[in-house]
Amino acid sequence: METNKEIAIKAEKMGKRFGDFTAVKEISFEVYKGEIFGFLGANGAGKTTAMRMLCGLSIPSSGSATIAGYDVFKETDKIKKQIGYMSQKFSLYEDLTILENLEFFGGIYGLTNQEIAAKSEALIQKLGLEREAKKLVASLPLGWKQKLAFCTAVFHDPKIVFLDEPTGGVDPVTRRQFWDLIYEAAARGITIFVTTHYMDEAEYCDRISMMVDGAISALGSPGDLKKQFNAADMDEVFYQLARVAKRGD
Amino acid sequence: MEPQSNNLNSNVAVEAINLTKTYGKKNEVLAVDAVSFSVNRGELFGIIGPDGAGKTSLFRMLTTLLLPNGGSATIDGLDIVSDYKNIRRNVGYMPGKFSLYQDMTIAENLNFFATVFNTTVQENYHLIEDIYVQIEKFKDRRAGKLSGGMKQKLALCCALIHKPTVLFLDEPTTGVDPVSRKEFWEMLKRLKAQNITIVVSTPYMDEATLCDRIALIQEGKILSIDTPQNIMNSYPNPLFNVKADNMYKLLQSLSSWQHTLNSYAFGEYAHLSIKKDNPIDSNDIQAYLNAEGHTNSIVKKVQPTVEDCFIELLSNKNVAHGNQ
Repeated sequence: METNKEIAIKAEKMGKRFGDFTAVKEISFEVYKGEIFGFLGANGAGKTTAMRMLCGLSIPSSGSATIAGYDVFKETDKIKKQIGYMSQKFSLYEDLTILENLEFFGGIYGLTNQEIAAKSEALIQKLGLEREAKKLVASLPLGWKQKLAFCTAVFHDPKIVFLDEPTGGVDPVTRRQFWDLIYEAAARGITIFVTTHYMDEAEYCDRISMMVDGAISALGSPGDLKKQFNAADMDEVFYQLARVAKRGD
Repeated sequence: MEPQSNNLNSNVAVEAINLTKTYGKKNEVLAVDAVSFSVNRGELFGIIGPDGAGKTSLFRMLTTLLLPNGGSATIDGLDIVSDYKNIRRNVGYMPGKFSLYQDMTIAENLNFFATVFNTTVQENYHLIEDIYVQIEKFKDRRAGKLSGGMKQKLALCCALIHKPTVLFLDEPTTGVDPVSRKEFWEMLKRLKAQNITIVVSTPYMDEATLCDRIALIQEGKILSIDTPQNIMNSYPNPLFNVKADNMYKLLQSLSSWQHTLNSYAFGEYAHLSIKKDNPIDSNDIQAYLNAEGHTNSIVKKVQPTVEDCFIELLSNKNVAHGNQ
């Protein structure tokens, strides 16, 4: 990491139980400011539950965590103002235009009208969408929607952006353009917390954690993990770790 | 009119000729654009392409759930429009979206589908045994309460229980982790051994090599159809794996180089393609990277993957359309 090690996310023995089922077992990790942190794991490993706690949407059963310095137990409202979120499933309102979506999300995050207008113009210009700005999002090609959804998620300059499988089903060229946007945001100091099922994308992260059966079973840079597991690529690292999983499928 | 009888002796299981689907009041949305291909009996045929490429529309036409706006197609020699009833008896279809009865248990769903097709679970149990044993201990659990992987296995059992001649699987591995994806493809290989023709769609390029033949599809059009090996062999340009300490800077150096045809991140490496008549070799690339101030750079010629081929086909198309 080249950036100073200012901490953006800190989890200490953070756990979550649902009845007698422990979805997340006391996980501890730190994510640094401006870092691209890949949060990997098999289906059912507890990634979504952990991510919901970090976004202030679900209170942990045990342990502690801070997001941008705010406590996940007591300061969930403040957390929500500091983060951006995007998933493959929910991103933009299809029956609003691009500009209306930006106005809506900017408004929710408390930007002034002037800020929204200036930022919208800059973004539209950067993406070369001048002609589409007043068109309904529904009419855009899928690749564009995903890129625009990311830009909307970081529109209010959040400290941290959570991306839940942002590139699922996207074509290989757009997928790479999407990662260019991620790199750019990270270079601006936005911390990126991303999940993916594409193991080549795991290589694009600064560090990765691997969740197996509710616990973090490995954490490190892609290079470190490959060395540690004596694996040729991340696919093999994943396979070695996840095939011992007892939970789920 | 006499219903046409199936032609199971023919070597062709699925044949599409200029099959077309449009949506919208003025047919302004072209989802499937004059697609032609055929699938041989017993083949594992992959339709590979991103979301929005037209895969689901294509599958829904072939399974007689959607009428085409143009062209024609046959399944086992039966026409998808006039013989839809016979086709429905013979094909299995696993939609991308989980479509079983959420309020019924595993066992109830399976029995239901067997009964609808006038058969019993016992009669064709050998086809599903391999998969069913993995979910059997949950057989009294409602389908809606199952994990993603278990739903997928149940859906596959239900699509197989009437012993279809052709099995259509629409994105069975989307959103599934790499380990479960591997397991799913092993199940498909075993089904293929039972002589069931399988047509499967996926957005994951790395799954292409597990198919006998593949069609690469984008924006409703088939870009290429062949065996994965032939598609990879037909990649026209020299391709290099390139690596250096600063990956982000490396990609910038590569994309601004005069000799670069295309360059992009590819997992741990960057891939660099050079025009085929350009005599540039690894040493020249290395020299350029050194001059650009890169440290610990590695350059090595590499065999293209299906994903490289897809990227190549897309960039050609964009040039042809004048975009980007």
